[in-house]
Amino acid sequence: MKSPRWCGWLLAVTVLVAACVLSLLVGTKSIPVGEVWLALTGTSTTPDHVTVMEYRVPRTLLGLLAGLALGVAGCLMQGLTRNPLADPGLLGVNAGAAFAITIAVGILGVSDITSYVWFGFAGAALVSVVVYRLGTAGRTGTDPVRLTLAGVAATAVLSGLTRGLMLLDPKAFDEMRRWDSGSLAGRGFEIVTGATPFIVVGLVLAALCARSLNAVALGDDLARSLGVHVTRTRLCTALALVLLCGTATAAVGPVAFVGLAVPHIARWLVGPDQRWIFAYSLVLAPILVITADVLGRVIIRPDEVPAGLITAFLGAPVLIWLARRAKVGAAV
Amino acid sequence: MTDSHASRLRADRVRLGYQGTTISDQLSVDIPDGEFTVIIGPNACGKSTLLRALARLLTPETGTVLLDGKPITASPAKEVARQIGLLPQTSTAPDGIRVADLVARGRYPHQTLLRQWSTADEQAVAAAMAATGVTELSARPVEELSGGQRQRVWIAMVLAQDTPIILLDEPTTYLDIAYQIQLLDLCRTLNRESGRTVVAVLHDLNHAFRYADHLIAMRDGRIVATGAPAQIVTAELVHEVFSLRCRIVDDPETGTPLVIPLATNAAQVQ
Amino acid sequence: MSSGIDFGRAMLVIRPRRLGFTARIGVRTVVVCAVLLVIALATAVLALGSGDYLIPPARVLRALFVGDERFDRLVVWDWRLPRILLALALGAALGVSGAILQSVTRNPLGSPDIIGFNTGAYTGALIAILTLGGGHFQTAAGAIIGGLGAALVIHLLAFRHNVTGFRMIIVGIGVSAMLASINTWLILRADLDAAMSAAAWGAGSLNGLSWPQVAPTLIILAVPALTLIPAAPRLRILELGDDTARAFGLNVSRATGWLIALSVAFTSVATAVAGPIAFVALAAPHLARRLTRTPSIALVPAAVMGATLLATCDWIAQHAFAPTTVPVGIVTASIGGLYLAYLLVAEARRN
Repeated sequence: MKSPRWCGWLLAVTVLVAACVLSLLVGTKSIPVGEVWLALTGTSTTPDHVTVMEYRVPRTLLGLLAGLALGVAGCLMQGLTRNPLADPGLLGVNAGAAFAITIAVGILGVSDITSYVWFGFAGAALVSVVVYRLGTAGRTGTDPVRLTLAGVAATAVLSGLTRGLMLLDPKAFDEMRRWDSGSLAGRGFEIVTGATPFIVVGLVLAALCARSLNAVALGDDLARSLGVHVTRTRLCTALALVLLCGTATAAVGPVAFVGLAVPHIARWLVGPDQRWIFAYSLVLAPILVITADVLGRVIIRPDEVPAGLITAFLGAPVLIWLARRAKVGAAV
Repeated sequence: MTDSHASRLRADRVRLGYQGTTISDQLSVDIPDGEFTVIIGPNACGKSTLLRALARLLTPETGTVLLDGKPITASPAKEVARQIGLLPQTSTAPDGIRVADLVARGRYPHQTLLRQWSTADEQAVAAAMAATGVTELSARPVEELSGGQRQRVWIAMVLAQDTPIILLDEPTTYLDIAYQIQLLDLCRTLNRESGRTVVAVLHDLNHAFRYADHLIAMRDGRIVATGAPAQIVTAELVHEVFSLRCRIVDDPETGTPLVIPLATNAAQVQ
Repeated sequence: MSSGIDFGRAMLVIRPRRLGFTARIGVRTVVVCAVLLVIALATAVLALGSGDYLIPPARVLRALFVGDERFDRLVVWDWRLPRILLALALGAALGVSGAILQSVTRNPLGSPDIIGFNTGAYTGALIAILTLGGGHFQTAAGAIIGGLGAALVIHLLAFRHNVTGFRMIIVGIGVSAMLASINTWLILRADLDAAMSAAAWGAGSLNGLSWPQVAPTLIILAVPALTLIPAAPRLRILELGDDTARAFGLNVSRATGWLIALSVAFTSVATAVAGPIAFVALAAPHLARRLTRTPSIALVPAAVMGATLLATCDWIAQHAFAPTTVPVGIVTASIGGLYLAYLLVAEARRN
């Protein structure tokens, strides 16, 4: 029956909009709705309006973008590796971005986040390419286990080197420990506008190869017999993954758990149809990220907990609960 | 039931099941000593479950499995392993293990912490490999062998265990027909030459009738008939157990019952 | 005496007449262990002679066993020896831990972190370092409590009628993610200095270890080591599959539980003393098996390999980047990752 799923999706969209609105209203200081409206539509410059426009709007937008990117990346990753436990970070994206940023801050002296974000993206992209090549080399094609192993190897080496660099340079350490917590704060519009094109392209690519990925998830032979071009689908998926996950991680830092948990939750809500899982992940992931961000602003007012740290506490209990109630394998 | 034979291994009114599903209830069976017993039945009739219970892999919910009059769960596990050997349906061989190594692992119930390789161990392993004809293969990795050879190696391992009772759970599945016959001949030799009690769950009716001294036919968790094939096998029995209409003739090679399924568009023939 | 049966490789059979015990060992295994032991000891001697005050090996040995040169003896015995001893002991513990877990889980990637242990240990240690000042004993206690606590929570959450591997992995990932977030938060909020020293611990380091830590560590390690000796033959049987193992009279779930507990015990001692050291538990068993070419688990070679690895990596960590020192965990992670990548490339080439 299609209508319950459509209704559910529209409901989720409504919740997302509500979350965004909440994100604009809530913070160190609660700003009433009327003021927010004036800030959005007018050009006044009271401190409250500045807060809304300069801090909260970019923040909300970033949460939206990161959520979209990570949610879809999670779906793609699980299809690519045929492993329900695959996290988009498995391609080494987090480690690559962290390493590149540490070099930028520690060795090259870049201190401005808007600048070092580009390093992060370059690092993420480079590592993903290496991991992908390593994981798909050889005649056997893409063995999901090899891909996972390659990601583990790359992550190990790079995080080791990153830690080493961090421990040698206090400035790098200080900057990295902030980046490492996955925060939506302190990032201006430039980052939003910088990240958007990559994420949009990534989403388009994901949409294009989603159907083929469904078939590939059933097995290479079966997919080929259905007329799907397996290697091209994989390549397209990997590219989409790098764009989505790399951009999100570079811009915001590693946000725990979103890519892993959201597709599972979506599947539990909506069943095994990949297209619906995509659609729901598209909405649920930003809800998770923005909610985490809002909570982070509120829990220890006037101080803040970065969103990337809270997402684990929102996502993990749900996942554990799912694992406990379902028959093993049914939820996944 | 063959009353004239002693039975070391018996099941006494056992109830067997898995996680809430009961497969057999009030099941009693005697395994005659020194004979080749075959258990047959359709899928999910409980024959593997019965074998697993006899091998102590599955604990009955009620009732007991007895070995030499004592409940099998009361004796120390290693001691039972010296009396009963089992070849399960699925076994994994560690990567790269060689034949002799695998067969040698069968000596585990006889080994202690300090006695890891006595002369008795060595002799048992050599004898087991000779009996199954895998001595020339002893240095080769198990994964390089053919299906038939590999199955013989697993049987050699069970043989090395040197038990008077051997249980085999569908040992001929996945084997080519030549290897199936080879394996069953081997089982019969083991039974005849050393007097071991052999119990096998078999899928193929004609193999079962050809090789069994004692047959146990099961359906829906119950035992439908037991006895020598020549005495109990009739078309009615096959129909009752397998829902198959057939004719029984004497096997021209061995004289044992041979099942010939009726052609489906034939009229019923008496 | 060699065996009458062709095992495909040279075998040594030991049957001393009157002592009543018998054993069968692969000759290659013995040779490899001996060679690795020599390498480990040579590395140790080299390490004892390295540093700001260089001592040639001959004098190192003299300082160890004769001890007439007072200053040499001070440097070698008091300053450097405890660290080397611990490197060897903890390396062996990690190697054995990894070997056990890989055998029991039948997964070549079996690593003590599946059960969320390392992340929990880090949480406990962080709390100890940041709130209690982080002396050796407090950090160690914190690490053990945190690690075992995490493992316990995961076990309880994963347990319904039974423990299934998949559920345990999901629960492990979830709990680890939450603990990792806590760890990042603690590091974020601490003073820069405290945070850096906590992070150094978190990378796995043998810095600052001296004699007071050696005796307790060795004694505590002896307990699981002794328990392992009777348990080891069961590993070979478990490898044959659950049904076959049960047919041999093994209580599979109990044996598996005990073996996993032993593996955790070894890892927790190592983590408590030196912080989570990456990759030794994963790589040492693999490397050992490649060298000895045994078909399955090889506990003693894994132990000796682990000791050699950790001693070597510690030497590199201390002296290769002079004048700075690097936590040994960073060296093991980098080398381990490269080794894994090399394995993948080699396997791809083979195909």
